[in-house]
Amino acid sequence: MIQLENLTKTFETPRGVVVAADKVNMTVPTGEICVLLGPSGCGKTTALKMINRLIRPTSGRILINGEDTADRNTIELRRQIGYVIQQIGLFPNMTVEENICVVPRMLGWEAKPAKARAAELIDLVGLDPHHFLYRYPKELSGGQQQRIGVIRALAADPPVMLMDEPFGAIDPINREIIQNEFLKMQATLKKTIMFVSHDIDEAVKMGDKIAIFRGGRIEQYDTPDRILSHPVNAFVADFVGADRTLKRLRLVTAEMIADPGTPAVARGARPQEALQAAKAHGGRTVIVIDANHRPVAYATVEELSGAHGTVGDFAHPLPATVPARADLRAVVSEMFANDVMWLACTDDQGRFAGVVTQPAVTAMLGQSSGQPLTN
Amino acid sequence: MEVFWFIAGNWASIVELALEHITIVGVAVGFAIVAGVPIGIAITQNQSIANAVLYIASIIVTIPSIALFGLMIPILSTIGHGIGWLPAVIAILLYSLLPIIRNTHTAITNVDPALREAARGMGMTSMQRLTRVEIPIAVPVIMAGVRTAVVMNIGVAAIAAYIGAGGLGVLISRGISQTDPRQLITGAIAVSLLAIFADWTLLKLQKLLTPSGLTH
Repeated sequence: MIQLENLTKTFETPRGVVVAADKVNMTVPTGEICVLLGPSGCGKTTALKMINRLIRPTSGRILINGEDTADRNTIELRRQIGYVIQQIGLFPNMTVEENICVVPRMLGWEAKPAKARAAELIDLVGLDPHHFLYRYPKELSGGQQQRIGVIRALAADPPVMLMDEPFGAIDPINREIIQNEFLKMQATLKKTIMFVSHDIDEAVKMGDKIAIFRGGRIEQYDTPDRILSHPVNAFVADFVGADRTLKRLRLVTAEMIADPGTPAVARGARPQEALQAAKAHGGRTVIVIDANHRPVAYATVEELSGAHGTVGDFAHPLPATVPARADLRAVVSEMFANDVMWLACTDDQGRFAGVVTQPAVTAMLGQSSGQPLTN
Repeated sequence: MEVFWFIAGNWASIVELALEHITIVGVAVGFAIVAGVPIGIAITQNQSIANAVLYIASIIVTIPSIALFGLMIPILSTIGHGIGWLPAVIAILLYSLLPIIRNTHTAITNVDPALREAARGMGMTSMQRLTRVEIPIAVPVIMAGVRTAVVMNIGVAAIAAYIGAGGLGVLISRGISQTDPRQLITGAIAVSLLAIFADWTLLKLQKLLTPSGLTH
């Protein structure tokens, strides 16, 4: 847990005193990612760098897991906080392995466990240890370097990490990939993370909470969904963008609003059975599944009524399906692309997992509480 | 042809003079490295001090070597070394300081600020930052300064023969005073070859000392 209490930083400049951070108060619970978001010069980076004392606070307190960091030695404090910067800052004179081992070695680890740790971490980000450990940073692509930058910060397993626009210098495609990788890692590592960003989309994606900064103050500190659905003032509303409602689509996955009760019947089933199932469910459509439970087609109640033969005779192929894990932005995009009002979604094995409808999506967006339906 | 026979006949003494020459330059530049690298690092902390130090070092280089030898005669006479080996070494040491201090200063200040921030943020002490990151990255540029100092001062050391410091300059000064072109040409060729050889050797050393991650 990271707590900032009345954290203030003022700079003396020839043109007078500049307040970079003004009585910042916030708590980041253990295992959560808090994104500090705002335009440049809003004080977000200053707030971040005061935590590892790259910038000395003018006043206020910083507590990590309840302990006031002011009593700690600066060097020791920094070694226990993972630090990732936008420019990555891999040491060019050291191999990837040496880079990763820097903090563990300074903490007094033996060479062997430190190297084992480096191999373990590089494997974690999907790079081949044999191939990459003994290379130099200049031999790596930007995306690979940034992955090494992140695992270097994780090397000594610090409980707290500070990330200053860590994915800012990467092209959009790789950024998306690395963000996803990082979220996957975070799901098991459960680090307490402060993450500076100026990109609302990144903040919504990465943050459990978002703190919006302006002029050294926090304007709003809340969950991404609350920030998007209930911006506290015009500045926040403006900053998150006019399409803030659409941005909320990324916060919800298809499975959260899918109706798993939509009847699914085999191709060879009799229309009568399908009609009964549809009636019990109250809908006007049945999904036709194959032997592996994969949704392949659909049939409507109108066409099945009084029909003979099998459901397969009246089925229309499905234009598309979506994975249940996909976020609603992808789902809606697929709906628009195929000009349909609903889509069947599938689980990781490709089996039918329910139906997402446009009314369900708009109902979710209209929810005033802003909390997703499930989870 | 006469020059050739002269070289063949005086091979041993030419080698001896060359070794003297190398010793003078080697000792002087060695001390200049020991003094200049720490000075170059220290002055990165303060730009106005850096400017002052680099200015003084530049002024020293503008003093002609003959004048510098002359200036040192009254000073070093007080300890009985007005001429000879010691003033030659001191002069070359002073001339070497500029390229070594300037290159060290430039190399350290040019280390990517992101590396410095990463190193600080990871909890390196200033000394660890210097020894593990900044100096290894600065080595190629510092070595380039050393090369400049050595090549430049192999010429200065030749002039030092006039104050009795020995070295290959002896052949040149004798060649002039005895109007003996054989000695004159031998000395000139030997000094030139020594400079070329030293530059090549130091270039190899520079490449050897450059961390693999920094080579292209």
